Amino acid sequence: MRARVLIRPKEGILDPQGQAVERALPALGFEGVANVRIGRLVELDVDDPGKVPAMCERLLSNPLIEDYEVLVMESAGS
Amino acid sequence: MKFGVVRFPGSCDEVDALHACRLFGDAELLWHGDRELHEVDAVIVPGGFSYGDYLRVGAIARFSPVMETVQEFALAGGPVLGICNGFQVLCEAGLLPGALLPNAGLRFVCRQVELEVVNRETPFTRACEPGERLSIPVKHFTGCFYARGEALDELEANGQVLLRYAEGHNPNGSLRDIAGVTNRQKNVMGLMPHPEHAVDPLTGSTDGGRLFESVAAHVAELAPAAA
Repeated sequence: MRARVLIRPKEGILDPQGQAVERALPALGFEGVANVRIGRLVELDVDDPGKVPAMCERLLSNPLIEDYEVLVMESAGS
Repeated sequence: MKFGVVRFPGSCDEVDALHACRLFGDAELLWHGDRELHEVDAVIVPGGFSYGDYLRVGAIARFSPVMETVQEFALAGGPVLGICNGFQVLCEAGLLPGALLPNAGLRFVCRQVELEVVNRETPFTRACEPGERLSIPVKHFTGCFYARGEALDELEANGQVLLRYAEGHNPNGSLRDIAGVTNRQKNVMGLMPHPEHAVDPLTGSTDGGRLFESVAAHVAELAPAAA
């Protein structure tokens, strides 16, 4: 199974990358942009998608500063 | 006494750390793949980019074989000092509270900073004079110390904040200007500045020696016969 893990900085955690992008967009003429947050995407093929949350807790994310969300795709290579 | 300095693939400050340790005791390198600590009395986890810092700083190094033993050593009360990337590794390993985030200014900073010694009653700061300020360099991209509000209050109440950036010297946006912390038992310390780069007048300051001197004195007190 293909799994997709979205990792985001927790609410309230300073995200200087997001801030820099938020400042850059209006400079390019894209107005009306707010609250830009930048995280990480991990995609993986796994035999047992049920194990992915444990992988997130132990390695893929740091639960103190990041939230994660696991999405399981129908089949590998989708 | 003998210091052990861990070397991961991607470490880059282990040789300076070894040199700093040897000013106050014996020292040898500990290979990341080796579970054996070779009877060292204190462990230094040095700066660098362990395992490339892929995924997240310190995230992979914390699972290395040597870190399993360092963890046991720390839980048994052995002194462990993490510098820069070493601090990040110890946070990831859960040996220290909090986490390190990218610098608030999103720039790599490399400069000399002034530090206030907040608590001198620990194995890492006992050689410091009352009110002493230390001049030590920083060089990092991910050095913004973060912990939740109540955790920060607890750290301060327990005397776990050992070093603070002096006013106007916080290079990375660390909460409450925290530069160095310990665990509750005060035998594990992490700091972002590099004391091992400040032990020789040639590079402008010898203040970093205070930390290594403190650890050597702590170990000597524990085992006077062996010192």
